[in-house]
Amino acid sequence: MTDLRAFFVGFVDRNGLPVAIYLGLAVTIWVFLLVALPQLAMLDFSFRHNLPPSKMGGPEDVYTLEQYRYFFLGSEIGGGDWNALDIGVLVKTLLAAVAVTLIDLAICYPVAYLLAHSAKGAAGRLMVLALIVPFWVNEILRAFAFRILFGATGVINETGMAMGLWDVPFDFVGEDVALYAGLSYAYILLMIFPLYNAIESLDRNQIEAARDMGASRIQVHWKVVIPYAKPGIASGSTMVFMLTAGALAAPQILGGPSNLWFTQLVYQWFNDGGNWPRGSAYAIVLLAVCIGFVMLMMRVFRVSIGAIGR
Amino acid sequence: MTKGPALLLPVLYLALFFAYLFGPLAIMAITAFNSASFPRVSPWECLTFGWFGKLAQDTRLLEGIGNSLVIGVGVVLIAVPIGLAAALTLSQVGPRLRASLYTVFIAPILVPGVVIGLSTLIFWDRLGAMVGADYDTLFYDGIFLTIAGQVTFIAAYSMLVFLSRISRFDPTLTEAALDMGATPTQAFVKVLLPFMAPAIASAAVLAFLASMENYNTTVFTVVAESTFTTVLASKVRYGLDPSISAVAVIIVAFTLVAATVFEMTKRRQTRAASGLLALDRPVLKLIAHPLFVAGLMAALVGGVVWTGANHDSSVCEMQVLDDKRAVQERLEQERRERIEALAPAPSAPAPSAPAQSTPTPSAPGGAFAPGALAPGGAFAPGGLAPSGSVDD
Repeated sequence: MTDLRAFFVGFVDRNGLPVAIYLGLAVTIWVFLLVALPQLAMLDFSFRHNLPPSKMGGPEDVYTLEQYRYFFLGSEIGGGDWNALDIGVLVKTLLAAVAVTLIDLAICYPVAYLLAHSAKGAAGRLMVLALIVPFWVNEILRAFAFRILFGATGVINETGMAMGLWDVPFDFVGEDVALYAGLSYAYILLMIFPLYNAIESLDRNQIEAARDMGASRIQVHWKVVIPYAKPGIASGSTMVFMLTAGALAAPQILGGPSNLWFTQLVYQWFNDGGNWPRGSAYAIVLLAVCIGFVMLMMRVFRVSIGAIGR
Repeated sequence: MTKGPALLLPVLYLALFFAYLFGPLAIMAITAFNSASFPRVSPWECLTFGWFGKLAQDTRLLEGIGNSLVIGVGVVLIAVPIGLAAALTLSQVGPRLRASLYTVFIAPILVPGVVIGLSTLIFWDRLGAMVGADYDTLFYDGIFLTIAGQVTFIAAYSMLVFLSRISRFDPTLTEAALDMGATPTQAFVKVLLPFMAPAIASAAVLAFLASMENYNTTVFTVVAESTFTTVLASKVRYGLDPSISAVAVIIVAFTLVAATVFEMTKRRQTRAASGLLALDRPVLKLIAHPLFVAGLMAALVGGVVWTGANHDSSVCEMQVLDDKRAVQERLEQERRERIEALAPAPSAPAPSAPAQSTPTPSAPGGAFAPGALAPGGAFAPGGLAPSGSVDD
């Protein structure tokens, strides 16, 4: 307790009272009012029945596991079997998010490497600018662009058919090709910059040394660059994975009619179903599973969370 | 050194990569100028600027943009100070507390936007119910809720911007100010804030852009209001229309202009810093000036807009419509002829027979021959419809 007191006294001394109040207030408002309390409210809400506003706080307003039970077991009418549909959607979303993350990693690693070690000065800056420009166009429009590209009368189908590669329009949207392409595209920037930051600080001499010692090009990357860039890879992958799993716009626009993303279930319970507690429970499930998965991966690959965002 | 193939591969890869990056946007941009009512590049119908005009009359979209601007400004005003405070706090605490605080601060970036939107909505709704607030108060106001939801994670973005700037701050500057008799507050205002100014500017721009383009959080928190992105999303989901491409064209154009001016300014700064501003010829000096470039770009955009406003695509569109109608008519005639061929009695359809039989010999090319269209169109039963539908 005295430590804490000493810390605060030191904090005020160092910053002066007005600044100390500003810092403390801003951080407190953010962490509590905007981050922690809403999450707790949602957690609390997910353990309640779906009641009309008039009955809230009444005798029926008790805690229940009903919403979670529904996620795992489905409706009571359907019997006690697993809720295969919703769990299936969750698993599919996670697998798709992993796939998108790996695709982005594969696409971005060479670009980040070239950017960090070959392109210097004006050319490098121009490339960075060229990377950023497409991402000022918003997410909806990017998804829309892919819809145009992959539609039945889209450019890819028309070109493919004109070249005689296939003669019936291929249903890219229904087969989720458009969705994966669009999602990979959407989060490229979040993968490139962490990778770039990590690789850029690698001393060029280390690569030269490895080459001199007889390492092949692939060995240089596998044994020198990738281990060095691990925090960047972890950071980029985490962000891409979390954002892909939590994406809503791209699946809504690019997803096939029979393919749901887990966030769409949350959206449906919330907006179309009018069942906020169940929507909350689904959101909590999504959050818990995603965080659990990221933690597991960090444990497996031995990186700390401090690496994220650098 | 085998420079040839070793250099070729990366260049090829980068070319492919940037094609992937810009291709979809380019194609989308092209569709904004095609008069076809479904956004597509082929078949190309007519060059038109009509979709931009349609955009200007879209009141829902304009209202959404207005709301987005208000929200964007609100987010900047709240998220940037919070981000700065978080970064300054992080820079003052010990390494262990720093690590755990950092985890807390960075968390909102990793939490799915959907979850943030939902939790914000529920929290303020519960709070409103608790204090017995009416539905027209702040607790249920879409714009306020959206600002609250977006600040949650955009503050973290700003914090990252400030952290990278702070790491280059020399603390002895503050110490010097304190030694010279400045109060800590004065040191903060006169030393630290000016040092942070560029970061504040870039954090503000970043926050504004992030706010403008956010969808996942906004779609929950916006309740009955609408923003730029939610209007766009409902447009895209319930019917594709090239006017959406037109929005993209405007945004891309803005971005390109801003990026070019930014790049010119940056180059000028680096040149000035290295003392290499050796543009002694006044013409070059003028051309390289960012303001000149900005003016040039503005003139270019203005010229395109002017051309667009004065470009009349109605003749071409009518032509396309006639073409379509001619093709349809030909098919209809062929169908009728088949029926006639089956029917043995030739007396009944006598009056219309000559008109129908004329196009048959040149069936494939007939529709595209210049003379073939007008007479056929005028005589056909529905021939008056096209001119009527073009007018409105």
